[in-house]
Amino acid sequence: MSAPAPNRTPATSGRRQVTLSSARRRPQRLHTVDRPRRSPLLTGLTGLVLIYSLVPLLWLFINATKTQEGLVGSFGLWFDSDVAIWDNIVDTLTYDDGIFTRWLVNTLLYVILGAGGATFLAVLGGYALATFDFPGKRAVFAIVIGAVAVPGTALAVPTFLMFSEIGLTNTPWAVIIPSLISPFGLYLMWVFSAEAIPTDLLEAARVDGSGEFSTFFRVSLPLLAPGIVTVLLFTMVATWNNYFLPLIMLKDPDWYPLTLGLNAWNSQAATAGGEAIFNLVITGSLLTIVPLITAFLLLQRYWRSGLAAGSVKQ
Amino acid sequence: MDGLHDEERKDKEQSSSMTTLSETSGQPAAPAVVTDRPPAKRSWIGWGFMGPFMAVFALVFLAPIAYSIYLSLFRDQMVGGTAFVGLENYERAFSDSQFWSALGRVSLFLAVQVPIMLFIALLVALAIDSGRLYGKSFFRITIFLPYAVPAVVATLMWGFMYGTRFGLVGNINDAFGVSLPNPLSPELILASIGNIVTWEFVGYNMLIFYAALRVIPHDLYEAAEIDGASQLRVITAIKIPAIRGALVIATIFSIIGSFQLFNEPSILQNLAPNAITSYFTPNLYAFSLSFSGQQHNYAATVAILMGVITMVIAYVVQLRGMRKAR
Repeated sequence: MSAPAPNRTPATSGRRQVTLSSARRRPQRLHTVDRPRRSPLLTGLTGLVLIYSLVPLLWLFINATKTQEGLVGSFGLWFDSDVAIWDNIVDTLTYDDGIFTRWLVNTLLYVILGAGGATFLAVLGGYALATFDFPGKRAVFAIVIGAVAVPGTALAVPTFLMFSEIGLTNTPWAVIIPSLISPFGLYLMWVFSAEAIPTDLLEAARVDGSGEFSTFFRVSLPLLAPGIVTVLLFTMVATWNNYFLPLIMLKDPDWYPLTLGLNAWNSQAATAGGEAIFNLVITGSLLTIVPLITAFLLLQRYWRSGLAAGSVKQ
Repeated sequence: MDGLHDEERKDKEQSSSMTTLSETSGQPAAPAVVTDRPPAKRSWIGWGFMGPFMAVFALVFLAPIAYSIYLSLFRDQMVGGTAFVGLENYERAFSDSQFWSALGRVSLFLAVQVPIMLFIALLVALAIDSGRLYGKSFFRITIFLPYAVPAVVATLMWGFMYGTRFGLVGNINDAFGVSLPNPLSPELILASIGNIVTWEFVGYNMLIFYAALRVIPHDLYEAAEIDGASQLRVITAIKIPAIRGALVIATIFSIIGSFQLFNEPSILQNLAPNAITSYFTPNLYAFSLSFSGQQHNYAATVAILMGVITMVIAYVVQLRGMRKAR
C-alpha cells in the first residue's frame, strides 16, 4: 500500500489556475480502494489490444525502410538487409517535382484555416449556449443536434453542386468552408464552458461594467484553454484526415491534400503503364501520420482534461 | 456591427478595472448586490457569439439539405431538361435492389462490428480504470493513437498487410506453407473492413468510456467494498449504469459512422476491385450515381433516405438508452 499521492493543488500564483481548481469539483483520489494490487494477468490481456493497436504502425515504420524490391522479398514485420529509409524519404519528397511537399503545404493550409476557423466558431457558439439566454436558443440547439445525425455524404453531393454553380469547386475554399462547422466541437465547448466558467464571475464582470465581448476575451477565454485545445486537436484530426470532401471537390492534383495524394499514388500502379511506387506510398503514409501523433502526444495533458469535462454532462 | 465596435471601445477603457477583477476572481465571495439580479438576462447579445457559427452552418448544412430535398423531386430527362417528378425518385429507390443490397450490407456491418468494437473499448476502459494495470497511461495513449491516423493511411496500411503479395498474409502463407483465406476476397472483404474500422476507433471509444468512468464518485466503490461486493458486481451495478450516457453517445456515433461507411471501401477498391462493387455501401452508391452516372437527382434521393434512416435509428437508440437510465 503506497501512500496517497500528495494533493497536487496548483500553485496559487496565477488566477487562471485558482479559478480552474475551484470551478472543477472533482472528487479527490485519496481513498484506499483506489490503489488495488496490480494484476499481471489483466495487464497481459489488455496487452493484446495494445499489440493490435501497435502492429500496423510498426509494420508501416518497418516497411518505410524498404526498397520496392525489399517490400516483396522480405518478411513484413522485420527489417530488410538494405535499410533505405533515407532514400525513401528523399524520393517521396522529390518524386514528380516534389508534389508531396505541395500536398503537405495544402494540408497545412486546410488545417490552419479549416480547423482554426472551426475551433473559433465552436468556442464562440459553445460559450453563447452556456452563458447567455437569447431568443431562439432552443431552436439553435435542436437544429445543431439534429444535424449531427445527417450523413456527411448526404451533404457532400448537394454542396458540390451548389459550389460548382458559384464556381468554388476545384479551389481551396471548397475544402475549407465546409470544414468550418464542427457540431461535436460546439457540443464540447458548450459543456466545457458551462463547467469551467462560474456564473458569479460573469456577473462580477457585468457589475464592473465590462462589455460582454471584453469579458469573453479577458476573463473567459483563458478559462476555456483546455477545452479549446481539445476541440482544436479533434478538428485538426478531422481536417488533416479529410478524404471524401476533397475527393469530390478537387480535380487538380496541385490542390490535393496528403490523403488524396497518397491514394492517387497507390492507384497509379493499377492504371495501365503506371509506375508502381508502393515504397513511396508507405513512406508518404508514415510522413503523413507523424505530425498528428506528435501533436497528440505533446498536448495530451490538455486534451485529456478537456475530454474529461466533456464527458461529465452526457 | 456597430455594437461590436462599441464593445471593443469599452474594452480598452475598462482594461484597468478588468485586471483587478481577474485577480480577485479566485475567491468565491461575489458582491452581495449580484445575488438579487437574474442570472442572465434574455437578450440578443448571445447572437453576437452564436451568429458566426449559425451563418456558416446555414451555408454548409441547411442549404445543402434543402437543395438535396429540392433535387430529389426532379429528374433529368433525355429530352426537355429537368422535370418535376414528385416522389418518383423515392419510389424508384424503394424498388432498387442495389440500394437495398447496400443498405443490407451496412446494417450487417452495424450489427456485428459496432458491438464488437464497443465491447472491446469498454473492457479496455474498465481495465485501465481498475488501476490494476502496470503502466496504465502507456496503455491509454497507445491504444488511442490509431485515431490520429487518417482513414486513407489506415486503409492503405491494412490493405497492404492483407495482401497476399507482400503483405503479412502472404508472409504467413509462405512461412508456414498454409493458404489462409484471402481477406480481400468478396466473402471476407466486409469483415476485413470491419477490422480496419475497429482498429481506428477502439481507442477513441475507450477514451470516451474512460473519461466517464473517472468521474464516478469513489465513495461508491468504498461502500461497495464494505458491503463485500465482488469486482464484477461493482462493474455491473455501479460502473456500467454510471456511464450509460457515454455508452449511448458512443453507440449513436458508431451507428452514424457505419451508415456513412465510404472511405475504407472506396480506397480498398484499388486493391480489391472484384470484391467491392459500385453499390457496396449506400454512400458509395450515391457517390458513383452522382459522379460516374451523372444522376444527381437520384443520388440526392439516396442521400436523403440514408439521412432519414440514420436519424430515426439514432433517435430510437437515444430514447431507449435514456429511458433505461431511469
